[in-house]
Amino acid sequence: MSSIVSLTMLAESVRIAVPYTCAAIAGVWAERSGVIQIGLEGILLAGAFSSVAVAHATGSASLGLVAAIAAGIAVSLGHGLLTEKARIHAVISGIAINLLALASTRMGLRALYDSSSNSPSIDGFRLGPTGATGLSMLLRVLVDPVFVCAVIAVVATPFVMQNTRFGLRVRAAGENPVAASSVGIGITQIRLAALSVSGAICALGGAHLAYDQHRFESGMSAGRGFIALAAVVVGGWRASFAAAACLVFGALEALQIALQDQARRSMVGDLIQALPYVATLFVLAFAKRRSGAPEGLGKHATE
Amino acid sequence: MKSAHDIRAALPIVLAIAGGVLLFDLMAFGFGQAPASALRMAFDGTWGTAYGIGQVLFKATPLLFTGLAFEVALRAGLFNIGAEGQLALASLVGAVVASKLPPSLPAVVALPIVLCVAAATGAAVAFVPAILRVRRGVHEIITAIMVNRIVDAILPWALATVLGSTSLRTADIAPGAALPRLERVFPALTGSAASFAFPLAVVSVFVVIELLRRSRVGREIRWVGLRAEACRAEGIAVEQRLLLAMLLSGAVAALAVSSTALGYKGYYELGLGAGAGWSGIAVAMLGRGSAMGIVLAAVFLGTLEQAGLAVNARVPKEAMDVLEAALIVLVAVATRAAAKEEAANKRDDEPFEEKPARAAATEEVAR
Repeated sequence: MSSIVSLTMLAESVRIAVPYTCAAIAGVWAERSGVIQIGLEGILLAGAFSSVAVAHATGSASLGLVAAIAAGIAVSLGHGLLTEKARIHAVISGIAINLLALASTRMGLRALYDSSSNSPSIDGFRLGPTGATGLSMLLRVLVDPVFVCAVIAVVATPFVMQNTRFGLRVRAAGENPVAASSVGIGITQIRLAALSVSGAICALGGAHLAYDQHRFESGMSAGRGFIALAAVVVGGWRASFAAAACLVFGALEALQIALQDQARRSMVGDLIQALPYVATLFVLAFAKRRSGAPEGLGKHATE
Repeated sequence: MKSAHDIRAALPIVLAIAGGVLLFDLMAFGFGQAPASALRMAFDGTWGTAYGIGQVLFKATPLLFTGLAFEVALRAGLFNIGAEGQLALASLVGAVVASKLPPSLPAVVALPIVLCVAAATGAAVAFVPAILRVRRGVHEIITAIMVNRIVDAILPWALATVLGSTSLRTADIAPGAALPRLERVFPALTGSAASFAFPLAVVSVFVVIELLRRSRVGREIRWVGLRAEACRAEGIAVEQRLLLAMLLSGAVAALAVSSTALGYKGYYELGLGAGAGWSGIAVAMLGRGSAMGIVLAAVFLGTLEQAGLAVNARVPKEAMDVLEAALIVLVAVATRAAAKEEAANKRDDEPFEEKPARAAATEEVAR
């Protein structure tokens, strides 16, 4: 039992929660502006791949992070152009982005590293104390620059949404695009701006995922973008609640990993891996219905 | 008038194919290959030989089922992106049942049993996102992905821990449950894995699309997809129709097991048929709701998959997956642009463009 309530577990939970949290905050930005965004999965992948490709080529993890953010913004803006300018259904665009990111990163692996499964290993940021004690693990997680960026995003998002002109406009575009447009807010521009923020934050999560594994693996996002969306729904489209939901999810996954060895020896076996997803389904099923969803989600100012 | 409409309907797919060829050329060029020779290689490996054609049909078969599955749910306005998990679990359960059947059981009995079991399993998997959507208002996309991940955990557990297989596969299926290869009737296809699952899939597409169009329930599913509130006001049980569409979608996706475990391998192994669920979305988008469209789109994407294998030594086969995803976007944009133009033309002589469809719908319901 002591292995479950420990600093190691806390470190693991926080570390695992980072990509989920970034994607969830990204989801809050996109959806609060009124754009349905199920392409977070693809942006995580694009961010992870770009960070590894650039970090591997230049040897600089910081440049890799910048590349990830640029890729995230580009993909997210692509989604915005497809849904707001070309006006195709946001779900279709999101599915296409996920498939496109999965396929292009696989093609990139073949093209750059002649591998169908993973990239060569990279260093990532190696900061903080070495050692295997719970405390040093926790410190390593906490001083990671990507983690710090994620924390800033979590803290800044509610503040910007509530207290700035930009945040107000984003919420107006998401709640009632027709009314917002009638008072002179450019809905398309606001949504594209919100999506840029969203893409940048989501790509942070991708970079964290890749730096954490010290390489890129084909399909390494593994459904995290969708779980983040579940966190957005459970958190009522509020950044802090969504981040909290992601932390709980990280703890569940850490618990699952800790119990894996025990489970392998019993009849439960691989079934333990379903634990976090079953828990998410239950929370979704019993959360209050559609509380906090932006009224204008998926709606446009003009036909 | 009718033929002009048909040409209009075919235009996006023609544009998509042209755009696809162009993109492929660009990618081949990017990998340092002469586009013309890469294209030639892709053609030779697919429609150039009888074996290639057989392989294209083999690759197209699961896509026919999963494409139809996505279309069925889409009619009700639902996005069934859980076909991956529905098909996987149904394949496992179907193959296990097929392996337990007595070897002497004739195909007329064995096949329907296995297909029904698989379809029921697929529907059961689809039931989870369906009921959560209908009862709790949770979007089916999120829940379907959760269910996919749960199925991903169940499969190795069931194979290794429950069935005790070290190689993560089921026992061989009974001979009666196997679908014969097409080469038995068309000797030219010798060596290709195309089976009678292909004609079964094509028939399924036409039957299900016709049923949706002609039956009362099928039309109601469509209206629910178009205007749920109006349907509720007219006394249609909206929730029931949504549930039905999703269950039907899961069952149809599950039938793709006919082309993998039953028509090809003779058993189920972990990962068999993976990816068909995602490609089915592209098929449905390209097919644009007509049975013929879905068949053509599935054969086209089957061609892409097989062509990917043919050129893999020179251009990575992953390039074909990039193409497939790009095609979804291209077709969606082309379709949307065409619809916009049509609406603009109509607006000139008719102020309320949506009125006829709605009036027709309510009239039908009133009857």
